[in-house]
Amino acid sequence: MSTQFSFHGGVHPPENKHRTTGLSVQTAPIPAELVVPLSQHIGAPSEIVVAIGDKVLKGQVIAEAAGRISVNVHAPSSGTVVAIEKRAVPHISGMQAPCIIIETDGEDRWIEHQGLADYHTLPKQELIDFVRHHGISGMGGAGFPTDVKLHLGDDHIVNTLVINAMECEPYITADDMLLREHSDKVIKGIEVIAHLLQPSHVMIGIEDNKPQAIRALELAAKETKLNLDIVVVPTVYPSGGEKQLIKLLTGIEVPTGHIPADVGIVCQNVGTTAAIYDAVFDGIPLISRIVTLAGEALAQPHNMRALIGTPLEVLLEAAEINQNALYRLVIGGPMMGFTVESQSIPMIKTTNCIIAASYEEMPPAPPANPCIRCGICEQVCPAELLPQQLHWFAKGKEFDKAKQHNLFDCIECGACSYVCPSNIPLVQYYRFAKSEIRNEEAEQRKADHARIRFEARQARLEQEKADKEARRKQRAADAAKAQAVKKDKAATSPDSDKAKSGEPDLKALKTAAAVSRTKLKKAQKALQNAQDKELDGQDKLKATVAELEVKAEAAQQAFDQAQNAPAPAAPVLDIKQLKTNAAVARTKLKQAEKALDKAETSGEGDIEALRVKLSEQQAKTVAAQAAYDNAESGGVAANSVSNEKLEGLKADMEAALGKVNKAQKALDTAIEGNSPAVEKMKAGVEKLQAKYDTLKAEYESTQNLAPTAAVAVSSEQVADLKADMDGMAAKVEKAQKALDVAVESGSPAAEKMKAGVEKLQAKYEAAKDEYEKAISPLNSVPLSIDLEGLKADIEALSGKVQKAQTALAAAQSSGSPAAEKMKAGVEKLQSKLDDLHQEYAQAGGQLPEPEPEVIDPKALKQQVSIMRTKLKKAQQALETANEQGDAEDLSELNAEVERLTSLHDEAKAAFDAYEKTQVDKAAAEGIDLKQLKIDAAMARAAVTKAERAAKKAREEKVEDLSGIEQQLVVAQQEAEHLNQTLSRFTD
Amino acid sequence: MALIRTSSPHLHKASSTADVMRLVALATLPGLAAMTFFFGWGTIINVMWACLLAVGFEACIVKIRKRPLGFYLKDYSAIVTALLLGLALPPFAPWWITLVGVFVAIVIAKHLYGGLGQNPFNPAMVAYALLLVSFPVQMTSWAEPFVLTHGDSWQVLEFTQTLGAIFGSVDPALIDMYTGATPLDAMRHRGGLTTEEVWRTVPVLAEGIGAWHAVSAAYLMGGVFLIYRKVFTLHTPAAVLGSLAVISSIFYMLDPYAFADPFFHLTAGATMLGAFFIATDPVTSATSNRGKIIFGIGIGILIYVIRGWGGYPDAIAFAVLLMNLCAPFIDQYTQPRSYGHAKAKRGMKGGA
Ligand code: SF4
Ligand code: SF4
Repeated sequence: MSTQFSFHGGVHPPENKHRTTGLSVQTAPIPAELVVPLSQHIGAPSEIVVAIGDKVLKGQVIAEAAGRISVNVHAPSSGTVVAIEKRAVPHISGMQAPCIIIETDGEDRWIEHQGLADYHTLPKQELIDFVRHHGISGMGGAGFPTDVKLHLGDDHIVNTLVINAMECEPYITADDMLLREHSDKVIKGIEVIAHLLQPSHVMIGIEDNKPQAIRALELAAKETKLNLDIVVVPTVYPSGGEKQLIKLLTGIEVPTGHIPADVGIVCQNVGTTAAIYDAVFDGIPLISRIVTLAGEALAQPHNMRALIGTPLEVLLEAAEINQNALYRLVIGGPMMGFTVESQSIPMIKTTNCIIAASYEEMPPAPPANPCIRCGICEQVCPAELLPQQLHWFAKGKEFDKAKQHNLFDCIECGACSYVCPSNIPLVQYYRFAKSEIRNEEAEQRKADHARIRFEARQARLEQEKADKEARRKQRAADAAKAQAVKKDKAATSPDSDKAKSGEPDLKALKTAAAVSRTKLKKAQKALQNAQDKELDGQDKLKATVAELEVKAEAAQQAFDQAQNAPAPAAPVLDIKQLKTNAAVARTKLKQAEKALDKAETSGEGDIEALRVKLSEQQAKTVAAQAAYDNAESGGVAANSVSNEKLEGLKADMEAALGKVNKAQKALDTAIEGNSPAVEKMKAGVEKLQAKYDTLKAEYESTQNLAPTAAVAVSSEQVADLKADMDGMAAKVEKAQKALDVAVESGSPAAEKMKAGVEKLQAKYEAAKDEYEKAISPLNSVPLSIDLEGLKADIEALSGKVQKAQTALAAAQSSGSPAAEKMKAGVEKLQSKLDDLHQEYAQAGGQLPEPEPEVIDPKALKQQVSIMRTKLKKAQQALETANEQGDAEDLSELNAEVERLTSLHDEAKAAFDAYEKTQVDKAAAEGIDLKQLKIDAAMARAAVTKAERAAKKAREEKVEDLSGIEQQLVVAQQEAEHLNQTLSRFTD
Repeated sequence: MALIRTSSPHLHKASSTADVMRLVALATLPGLAAMTFFFGWGTIINVMWACLLAVGFEACIVKIRKRPLGFYLKDYSAIVTALLLGLALPPFAPWWITLVGVFVAIVIAKHLYGGLGQNPFNPAMVAYALLLVSFPVQMTSWAEPFVLTHGDSWQVLEFTQTLGAIFGSVDPALIDMYTGATPLDAMRHRGGLTTEEVWRTVPVLAEGIGAWHAVSAAYLMGGVFLIYRKVFTLHTPAAVLGSLAVISSIFYMLDPYAFADPFFHLTAGATMLGAFFIATDPVTSATSNRGKIIFGIGIGILIYVIRGWGGYPDAIAFAVLLMNLCAPFIDQYTQPRSYGHAKAKRGMKGGA
């Protein structure tokens, strides 16, 4: 499994590592003052939880994670918090950032701490939180909070865990020394991560210039049960770059703009795994790390375990620095590290190396010659870019072209600058271009934002106006109606005290409603005024308006209710009235219909308007009829109430959905723009989604409670639903087409679009479901329809699965890197199909219960083959050892082979057992699995044949085409049926 | 001491443009030696004279352009240009030919375009082409290899006399004794003879061709050395020679009487010099590996076409210049596929 691949380019700078590996890792002195920055990781700075003057113990939390992407910060030693202020921190820009300054007491007293007894028993989320609370962030590169990466298993299928032990930068030996001395911790840390991510394969990549570390790792790895390979690769810079390492170990390229998890890979640094070990097993938070002190200005270069927050000068002193020789102070490696100007800045969680270089060692760069287009830079670029072209574009500020030449794929490894014979500081140019482009884009976004805001405001104002108008009309109509009712009442029942006693109330209510309306209007005007002038206090005004709106509505409602209240008091009359109403409405409807007809035939008049009128009339008629029916059957108004509620819920639901969509869109753009807020936004989207889901659930339950209401309006609703569904289908198709184009052109956005299409598809299906649900009660044969729908779904899905599988096979055979992902997709589809089967079975009881036990035969099979390969490898090694008669190795290898044999057997047994159960199960049902398999294969062959025949027939335009096609369909059905049966038993 | 602040990387490979140029100069030595051995002192004198002029012109122009003098002279690029031009000129080319040539190369073709790295055309070849067009007589009278003038014993025109010949103090008639047609000339202006007849009858082909073979071998050596030292990659020379071999083979197979064999094309004239030292000039060639292959193939084919049907006997200069013209275009369409991209980008979408 340890096949090696290679990445393009790379350089071989002098390693300069031997000087720091002579001495074992020393413990650095505790400084008098620790300077602990709040932001040592990528993401939000942590929030301070101590105050000046507080006594803190070693390992005590002094700042807490703030937000999704953040970690805790702990006191590295015991002492007193003496200041919380901005200090210079190790950063490429030389900036200052908030730090907690602790005056140490020299006692180094620990806070109570303790590891986990058995992390396996802990729920995953708690374990991840544990890691987060222990302040662990990536120690190799940028310092990405580790817990976030541990979550990747949630929504990605992680096949491979890659552990980065490359340490490809010259000078740095921190990881090397860590591995030499604590390989066991590293391996155990890996086990923790593997427990969380469940990868099928773990690979540790290490360069061949660290033989002792490799040996130590191999020894430690013997204990583990993981499917773990230590892959030794040739030393070439920058093999430790995440993307390069992944290419090197797996042959897969991480598509641009994606994270490794998108192709099923997660990367961790060895330092991080050791830190996880410390946290999980001993409860030690990340308060110290190994740092390499190198450079010719040091008399005693070596590795030290130093407390986070130790000022560099303390460490440099400990390494016996010669201040006169010091010319350049570099944090990190010589290829990608950055210089700092002060020795008083602290080291942080990501500080793996400090180089105190002399003038001779790292002289200032000679002045740059013009580029001679020698092309060496291109030969070494690991990202396969054209560095010299990028340099021209950056220099000429042709940023569009630079972007077009994939500037943003540059990892700033410095290989090109390193080799450039003209000494051009290429990387500096790229950084400049990148930041310029980012600024430009930010400006653009701002402008867009402003525009959108403006447009939204405009739209809102118009909407408000329209609403107001509508409300006004509504009220006028209500008043007229009330008037009519009153008249009726006066005419038909002159002696109605009840109604009269209600009247004064009615008046009072009316006044109240009017007053509140006026108030509302005033407030609205004020608000608008404030908005127009962008005044302060808008929020307050808005709140007031909202409040008033509610009040006004309440008042209006009260009034309306009171007005309607007399109705049930005189039901007989009312029914009559209602009947009349219905009749009138019907007549009007007919008239409208006629008018429309006439208009349509003559092509004159405003047909549209007529149509609208007609439909309005229709609705009115239906309502009138319904009201009449209701009243007649003694139906209470409850129905209408629940209907209203339903409507409200639906509106709520739709609003929530809109919000979700908007948030999703924002998230997408954020992802594209690599915004750091992505995580937070994701969480937001999820929250919204959850809200939406609850609303939906509520809505549905309400809907179920009021089925009569649903039926009453069903025909209209059904039409609506159908329109929705059709619209969705069109959308899906469009998206699919766009996706196809994107895939063909190899656009990196294809993945995202795919997700989009899937989402649309899901929506479409939901719409379809709803539609079907809506028609089923109409047809009063709900069960059978449901079943049929399910069956159709199943068939469609199984077709999809098959298609996906063929695509997958093609991808696999062509070695496409997307194969892994496709596999995941296929599995997902398969599981969906299984779900449907189950549902179908439940609904109709036709199909037997599918396998309850969840066994992944593919994984089993894979495990077997992995084991087999490993075993073979070990056997080969054994043989060669045999030949060479190396006794020591021999016994070791023997043991290894035995171990592997047993592992292999185990895996095989598991797989066999699985197969056996499948056969048994089939037999229990009276199906001979083998026969079934053969039948299925034959059916498939028949399909192929029929297809061919049909194709030929089509080409030759044979008469009996339909007959042949019929045959094809029959054959396909047959094959599908057999396949389905078969798929229950095999994978 | 104040600590300095600079951008990464903090290490730099100990190689400079000057090193690259020095290596190139070094690699021309076998060719220079072979030229001298077979054609006399003329080439060495030309080269020295050209270098002297080049440094002089470079110094002047850098001064005029108000750039640091030492810094630019130290990059050796002018020397290399002069070297290549000197090697390409006929061994007895009069001094003023060289003078005009170097002036054109350094002042016009290089500095007027913005100096090293900015020039779209190979300066030495611009100069050569201009000279060939302007002074066809002087430019086509090539020295005869010593075997033709003195038989098997090695004897060439004395150094002082050669010097005199070049600088005009010696009777031109003397020089005429030592000059004649090149093999390419002979093949081109054959007057109705079949290829085989030309080979038999024309002395420069029948007896003198060995000199060209030897010189070609020497250039090949130098080229291989440069590839070994990673000064340039194999792509361009292989493409030039490969395409030339293929196209000449095709025509030779079609009609061996009318066309010369591929080996002749690979060794006659300046093919090797062109393939290894001129087409590989990074400034004016395509950049990506695929681009270099296309660039080289273009040159190979153009060499054959111009030799076979063009007005001038040798074609390296024109072929290279024509392809120089195409290089930026080739670059646009041969961007490599970057890491993580499904496909290479083409052309200049998104940019002007
Ligand atoms: S290495 Fe330097 S001189 Fe050579 S092409 Fe690249 S940028 Fe130009
Ligand atoms: S710094 Fe960028 S352009 Fe230069 S070699 Fe590294 S990835 Fe390529």
